Amino acid sequence: MSVPGHEARVIPISAAPSYDEPDGPEPMAKALAFLRRRISGDYEVDEFGYDAELTDKVLLELIRPIYHHWFRVETSELKHVPEEGGALIAANHSGTLPVDALMMQVALHDEVGRPLRLLGADLVYQLPVLAHLARKSGHTLACPEDADRLLRKGELVGVFPEGFKGVGKPFSERYRLQRFGRGGFVASAIRAGVPIVPAAIVGAEEIYPKIGELPFLARLLGLPYVPITPFFPLLGPLGLVPLPSKWLIEFGEPIRTDGYDPSDADDPMLVFNLTDHVREVIQQMLSELRLRRGHAFPPFL
Amino acid sequence: MTHTVLVTGVSRHIGARVASVLAADPDVSRVIGVDTVPPPSLTRAGGVSLGRTEFVRVDLRSPDIAEVIAVADIDTVVHMSLVSAPSRGTGRAVMKEHNVIGTMQLLGACQRSATVRRVVVRSTTAVYGSSPRNPAVLTEDMEPHDGPVHGYAKDAAEVEGYVRGFARRRPDVAVSLLRFANFMGPGVDSPLTRYFTQPVLSTVFGFDPRLQFVHEDDAVEVFRRMAKEDHPGTFNVAGAGVLLLSQCARRAGRPSLPLFSPVFHALGDVVRRAGLVDYSPEQVRLMSHGRAVDSSRLESELGWKPKFTTGAAFDDFLRSRGLHPFGGAR
Repeated sequence: MSVPGHEARVIPISAAPSYDEPDGPEPMAKALAFLRRRISGDYEVDEFGYDAELTDKVLLELIRPIYHHWFRVETSELKHVPEEGGALIAANHSGTLPVDALMMQVALHDEVGRPLRLLGADLVYQLPVLAHLARKSGHTLACPEDADRLLRKGELVGVFPEGFKGVGKPFSERYRLQRFGRGGFVASAIRAGVPIVPAAIVGAEEIYPKIGELPFLARLLGLPYVPITPFFPLLGPLGLVPLPSKWLIEFGEPIRTDGYDPSDADDPMLVFNLTDHVREVIQQMLSELRLRRGHAFPPFL
Repeated sequence: MTHTVLVTGVSRHIGARVASVLAADPDVSRVIGVDTVPPPSLTRAGGVSLGRTEFVRVDLRSPDIAEVIAVADIDTVVHMSLVSAPSRGTGRAVMKEHNVIGTMQLLGACQRSATVRRVVVRSTTAVYGSSPRNPAVLTEDMEPHDGPVHGYAKDAAEVEGYVRGFARRRPDVAVSLLRFANFMGPGVDSPLTRYFTQPVLSTVFGFDPRLQFVHEDDAVEVFRRMAKEDHPGTFNVAGAGVLLLSQCARRAGRPSLPLFSPVFHALGDVVRRAGLVDYSPEQVRLMSHGRAVDSSRLESELGWKPKFTTGAAFDDFLRSRGLHPFGGAR
């Protein structure tokens, strides 16, 4: 679905990269071949541990119903995402749990046909289960070495420059961008000469409205925060069900960096200014997109 | 130009293979192999013909090695006598002495020698450690976040320190430092190959590390090239690509048993004391966080790529041990 008045490009899901041969065998035989490959270990992962087949056929398949039916995600201005070559997507981060990362991955995978390689906090890679699922679905650690390597390989890299400050901010701060760290993502983009595509995600703020914290428990568990929402921990595990807010994801005009020399990445002034610029663009997109969406929970509110 | 090559660690599989390849090379006039124990006989499994290699039994920890180098007019030293796991009888202290003191003695002898022109030292990618905070793919220049603090990896990091010191003091000597991924192949017997031949593979719950292997044939070829030409510098050596531990287990047709990491650690201690499989703390970290390196510096320096990818090296190892994935042969 496209937003009226905007040129949204809708690409059918079948355009996404997949492992089906065009004149492939019967679905049953295909499923068996898939199982045989998985059981015998006869599949490829890239050097970051990205398992494209598992991601497309299993992991994203589990998230797609949530994307389409729970959050009813609508995307716009997908034309700003390059169809090939390295690019860096910078988006706002919110929602207490990083559900926005998953939704953006589905959006780019299914509607642009490109795997999204997110740069995540090191905490992700220390936690059991999350550590290997993050790698298998194509993501890696937020460090300059990994970012540079992915961009050099021409991958579509995603960052949430706000980090924990963004995803863990209280509900009262919603849709207000937090500080953007040191702008390491901008330096990486300059080094690789790839465009920065600003992205605004509206809807994630309302899924777990954080109204308080349990700092003692957070320290005990080694987590950045343990949230209190209207339903968690009050309703126990039931409180972990995200509220079905309406989501919009919009991509902005790419900010080119190929005019700079790669050595400009070491110029802190330039990096800070460009980081500020990206931040302002995203904040503006965010405010407009929020107005366009209206109520978070139509048709109830 | 003909060479006289000293190879340390010839009583072990890879060392013996490197010595025999160099001995078969017409450009090499003499190969002298040293080790603390005599090479296994050819009739035993794992015995490799050393060809015309002359074997000298030397304890590397003693200064005798200097005499060998001086008497034989050695010009190339290939140092591959690093022990990766303590043997059942002797333990960690002996292993450390062998690795670190042995290297110091050898480098000391090289430094005094007027004939040594080239030194090739075997190290390991374990010097990068395994950490959730390390970059996914490591290059030679990267400083690891959590450097090794245990066992073999720590020895190797210390050995590297001495090698760099030697290279500074003797800039006229071409020093190659080779960081190998885990060796894999029909003749390799290492903690990791023993791990994969267990009936059930214990893994760390919630982690699926990326592993990288280098096939023994490729390792031998790298040593041969490094011993014959000057390629100063530090190089990662690994087969292309990675395998996840879960993938390895499936290819080997072995069920895996995920254990919570404290249990894995505790079990590791018990098993290690019983002298079965090596579950040293570094091995446990590898089994949690994995490691992958970039070998492109080596490939551009040599103009050559390892013949076996990580996957192919592992499959060759499985074939040699008669291991198949579930549901028959591949």
